[in-house]
Amino acid sequence: MVQQMRGDAGTETIEHPGTTQETHTEESLDSPWLVVVHNDPVNLMTYVTMVFQRVFGYPREKAEGHMLEVHQKGRSVLWSGMRERAELYVQQLHGYLLLATLERAD
Amino acid sequence: MEICLRENAIEIFDLDPFLAELLRQIPASADPTGGDAANADPEGVRRAQERLFSVPAPRSDREICKEWKVYVEPELRRLFRSATETVAEDLKQLNEPQKPLANHTLRIPLAHSDSWLNALNQARLALHARYNFTDSELCDHERSPVASRRDLSLFQMNFYGFIQEFILRGLSEEK
Repeated sequence: MVQQMRGDAGTETIEHPGTTQETHTEESLDSPWLVVVHNDPVNLMTYVTMVFQRVFGYPREKAEGHMLEVHQKGRSVLWSGMRERAELYVQQLHGYLLLATLERAD
Repeated sequence: MEICLRENAIEIFDLDPFLAELLRQIPASADPTGGDAANADPEGVRRAQERLFSVPAPRSDREICKEWKVYVEPELRRLFRSATETVAEDLKQLNEPQKPLANHTLRIPLAHSDSWLNALNQARLALHARYNFTDSELCDHERSPVASRRDLSLFQMNFYGFIQEFILRGLSEEK
């Protein structure tokens, strides 16, 4: 993410923020889909955190954890579950101009 | 230039003509062609298009990418156009007649903040893609803004980022 992010992140180490997964019975029949957000050099840290809070309803700390994971590791899995909902999340993330993809868990 | 949060709006005052002109260029900068299709570098335009409308899945997943182009991309285009139109409307404040070279004031209602964040992001991403800035350029905040068109565009990208940061701060203070 953006240059501001590089400066701010420093040498801080982070815990894996964890992935929210849906657990409906129907889904267990099919492998889940992942919503993955990828690093880019332009989006601001604060903006990405705000987007994660808005789209997934995550508390600030969890949203920041995912944002730092994207920045430091290049990608973060934000959510996993049914394809339709995953597609909707990816569409919302693209609406905010984040680099997001839908991927099969396997 | 000064910027503050006042009465449900972000006010930018003492905005000199140079910075006012950079703000006026937000809608054009958000366009992959940079607002000048005739003279745009086709490779830069392609990169900007690909970044603004990035693929929703690994390219090997052709079915998802194909459906996305048909069903989702038109919606995204509408969303992005709506954001730049709102910003263009707010920017008309900068066209009010006044003395030559006088400083301007711009008032951005917080109700328009999402449109501003979106349009500024479109502009920053498109500029970055068109000019293909390197990591070292992105980290170099001391670069002269007037040495070349490329340097000016980098300054423009950073200036838009500063405005974005302030809007985000305004939104969090509003809560």
